[in-house]
Amino acid sequence: MRVTAATAACAAGLGKQAILDSLVAGQSGLRPNHFGRDPLPTWIGAVPDAALLPLPPQLASYECRNNRLAWLAHAQDGFSASVRAARERHGPGRVALVIGTSTSSIGATEEAYRELTAERAIPAHLRGLAVYSPHSTGEFLARAFDLENVAVTIATACSSGAKAFAHAARLLEAGIADAAVVGGVDSLCESVLFGFNSLALVSPDPCRPFDITRCGINLGEAAALALLETQGEGIRYLGAGESSDAHHMSAPHPGGLGARLAMAQALANAGIHASDVDYVNLHGTASAKNDAVEAAAIADMFDAETHASSTKGWTGHALGAAGALEAVITMLAIEHSFMPGTINSDTLDPDCGPQVRLHGAHGRVGIALSNSFGFGGSNCSLVFAAAE
Amino acid sequence: MTESRSFTIGIEGVALWSPFLPGWERARRILRGDEPAPTAPAPRPVPQALPPNERRRASETVALAIDAARLACAAADRDPASLPCVFGSMYGDLAITDYLCSTLAVDPKLLSPTKFHNSVHNAPAGYWTIAVGSMRPYTSLCAGEQSFAVTLLEAIVQAHGGAEPVLMAAYDIDARGALVSVAPSRLQLATALVLGAASSDRAIARWRVSLQSARREAASRAQPRNEALVAGNAMASCLPLFEALAQGGTCRLVLPMNPALSLVLETIS
Repeated sequence: MRVTAATAACAAGLGKQAILDSLVAGQSGLRPNHFGRDPLPTWIGAVPDAALLPLPPQLASYECRNNRLAWLAHAQDGFSASVRAARERHGPGRVALVIGTSTSSIGATEEAYRELTAERAIPAHLRGLAVYSPHSTGEFLARAFDLENVAVTIATACSSGAKAFAHAARLLEAGIADAAVVGGVDSLCESVLFGFNSLALVSPDPCRPFDITRCGINLGEAAALALLETQGEGIRYLGAGESSDAHHMSAPHPGGLGARLAMAQALANAGIHASDVDYVNLHGTASAKNDAVEAAAIADMFDAETHASSTKGWTGHALGAAGALEAVITMLAIEHSFMPGTINSDTLDPDCGPQVRLHGAHGRVGIALSNSFGFGGSNCSLVFAAAE
Repeated sequence: MTESRSFTIGIEGVALWSPFLPGWERARRILRGDEPAPTAPAPRPVPQALPPNERRRASETVALAIDAARLACAAADRDPASLPCVFGSMYGDLAITDYLCSTLAVDPKLLSPTKFHNSVHNAPAGYWTIAVGSMRPYTSLCAGEQSFAVTLLEAIVQAHGGAEPVLMAAYDIDARGALVSVAPSRLQLATALVLGAASSDRAIARWRVSLQSARREAASRAQPRNEALVAGNAMASCLPLFEALAQGGTCRLVLPMNPALSLVLETIS
């Protein structure tokens, strides 16, 4: 299977070139939090409001930040033209859409609740919008691209955007579709800012993945889209590994069993060995537990030569979009022979093996893996390889 | 449009609960017309798969989905920890969404951390894998009004492609508070199926599955008296399938996945 087109919009840049430039320059997209009425003291990876343009009139019923973010991404890197071409090539009934999200358009529901009438009802002018279901963005994109195959939203918290690839690949393998728009879209909203804050997982500083002094995550937002096809030119999608922690709703398995299982499955499904992997894009949220568990698993499973890093210091944690965004970043590493480092961090936790790198490095990336682990113990690792 | 290839699957275990269809054994008789539906709503089942101290605290979607999942596995005589699973819900937990948005509107700093981590769409699947100790993959998905058909398709694709059975659960609860006007769902409905190979000797029903252009054939409907029992629930589109399972015999079911595409299930005789 091939990824014949991809794009993303996030705090580190709008479109692949801008993101790559930020990665190479070590230029973080994180900013002090300004989101909401009473902003928490933290940093966020926000896409500039000015870039989030209104939706076209025919799609105005989907108006919300999440769908504006999806709309912004769809216009980058010629992505919509690539989908149009795939639609013509295969027919609209043969192109599926699989979108990962954690909170989708819940920001619109939050806003509506701030404007409730005296009867505690959503005001009439907000009732007609198609933004109150978690499938809002999936439905919106299926309409925007005019697709007639399966359109589905994967909502497994922070693994969603990665699992979207696994789902899409299954649809293609089963012959349900010949191509699939795959991705993840999640936007900043009070639910996640105050929700992660209530769990004491939010850092007051720019997040420092794998640093000995790390103290939590920075929330981010992103829309990342890819076109997966059974045939064509582009990066090869080699497979996914999926697993469950069976441990706790909001804490990883202390031994990282689920994470290790997902990575091992991904390698097995891709038909490769750990020693074949040149680059690993880590989940690396900068939460104390996630990074400890992931660092230990990477140290045990991969060769010292494998370059592993977290790019959350550029983008923040884009939750349900993170897996798709980091898939796009992983593909950029392959395409441009550049493996990002881990910014904001300066002293690595002793849990880290030689794989985890602070500094970016130029070098051929033949095969790369991207990790996404989420609430509810849902883990997913993806494997991509350079086009031959 | 091009026809996709077809699949065959077997149904090994069935579970269903709704206030007027309380449990699959009674629901079967009610859906067949052999027994009247209860006149008063039945109390919500206790999610026995959860440890006793968590049963009362479980959110509604978690309690309902987990209990349906447990009963479907038991009916199929399959070890719950051995099955990959596919959970689907159009809205997720509307009671928690109402709580989250109400709290944020008043004082965001009062948000409960437990409610927050229970708010994720995959909370039922997450709690299920924790409760039964399963490290097998799970997924949690939605697809608007077609959430049931799309959940079923994912389970079919996994069951067909893999060598082992797959557990699926599909559920939605009633809207609360201000959500009533924008996320209309009534009652509670939770279903679960264990899907395996059509050749499985545990199969109680065997179906050939294909996709077709929805413009060709109207969507299947349950009988009006049965539809009325789950009317307004966001997962009510599952009912024709469960009515067919209750009746046994041969059937042909057309379940739309969007305005242009349907999932078609035909009994293999």
